[in-house]
Amino acid sequence: MLGLLEGGPRHGYDLKRSYDERFGQDRPLAYGQVYSTLARLLKNGLVEVESEPGAGPERKKYAITDAGVSDVTGWLDRPEKPEPYLQSTLYTKVVLALLTGHDANDVLDTQRSAHLRLMRDLTRRKNDGDLADQLICDHALFHLEADLRWLELTAARLQQLAAQVRA
Amino acid sequence: MPTEPLLTAEDLHLSFGPTTALESASVEVHAGEVLALMGPSGSGKSTLLHCLAGILTPDSGRVTYAGRDLTALHDNERSALRRSEFGFVFQFGQLVPELTCVENVALPLRLGGASRRAALRSAEAWLERLEVSDVAGKRPGQASGGQGQRVAVARALVTRPKVVFADEPTGALDSLNGERVMQLFVAAARDTGAAVVLVTHEPRVAAYSDHEAVVRDGRVRAREYVR
Ligand SMILES: Nc1ncnc2c1ncn2[C@@H]1O[C@H](COP(=O)(O)OP(=O)(O)OP(=O)(O)O)[C@@H](O)[C@H]1O
Ligand SMILES: [Mg+2]
Repeated sequence: MLGLLEGGPRHGYDLKRSYDERFGQDRPLAYGQVYSTLARLLKNGLVEVESEPGAGPERKKYAITDAGVSDVTGWLDRPEKPEPYLQSTLYTKVVLALLTGHDANDVLDTQRSAHLRLMRDLTRRKNDGDLADQLICDHALFHLEADLRWLELTAARLQQLAAQVRA
Repeated sequence: MPTEPLLTAEDLHLSFGPTTALESASVEVHAGEVLALMGPSGSGKSTLLHCLAGILTPDSGRVTYAGRDLTALHDNERSALRRSEFGFVFQFGQLVPELTCVENVALPLRLGGASRRAALRSAEAWLERLEVSDVAGKRPGQASGGQGQRVAVARALVTRPKVVFADEPTGALDSLNGERVMQLFVAAARDTGAAVVLVTHEPRVAAYSDHEAVVRDGRVRAREYVR
């Protein structure tokens, strides 16, 4: 949500709409969730309120602070802990990178690197281990490989995705 | 890594007619390490590998091996260096079809001036090491794909090269065979201290490397990210 504010200040309902449009396929945000998140961000100094006279919570406009911007950058730069079924988080990161002018390739490369590091460990464990180790490690390796294949495909379609996201 | 790299490509540019294959590609290979070159099809991985190996000469930029500028060497000096210092494994073994497998492995030693007897003895040891002694007397056409690739690995390592270049060495194999080839290949390369430059698009093959470098649009993206 914080990342969506990088484009400019927004009202809470506006933010919910644009979040649901891009990421809410399975579960749209509840209004309560939007405002409790904004309150937390406000407390942590990551957003600030641009006041409009006589405004209730629905009329407040929220703007990202410098601290907020570096928080988003930090999140994008940090790989997710490699584990299967990360697609939705990774998808969110890629879309957000495209929206905020970060290099989406960097997000993908950082993640590939984190995945490969774990795959190297598992490969070593597998090759030093007995058959049970081999089978267990292979299971994890095949899942991580599936993530990486998705990353490669996404990287190959970044331009297309960028055009859609920015449209 | 603190040591000097063994092999360096700096700012390589190379075009095939209107197609730009490399556009300011730079990469370093350290002695004894396994480096995976990854990246999309057509991004320039094979071209970069061929430049590093002195098979292709870039339009501009420099390839340095152990302090020597490969691009400045004469063709015959470069082939001599390739023969004595480098080994090669390609997707399809590229073994000489008229020779038996053991003769194929012995060939680089023979070309280097070894006696037939010594060359064959050493070749047999390498085939055994790669668990394909049983195809020694067969022609490559009579060996399976996986066996053929192991023979190709033996042939690449028999001269104890400093760098082995491998372009999709498991690309034509199923995953079980591919893994076994990688396991034997990397273990043998580590034993002889050879560095390996490995082009692959398979993550489980790349997992046998120490580092990866990603080639995209003829450039190399950061080699590895900090933890
Ligand atoms: N001999 C050649 N003549 C003309 N164009 C070439 C030649 N070799 C490579 N190219 C072109 O240069 C670019 C890079 O090719 P290269 O073979 O290095 O890619 P690659 O990353 O190895 O791809 P792949 O994963 O498909 O093997 C491509 O656009 C390719 O078509
Ligand atoms: Mg290629």
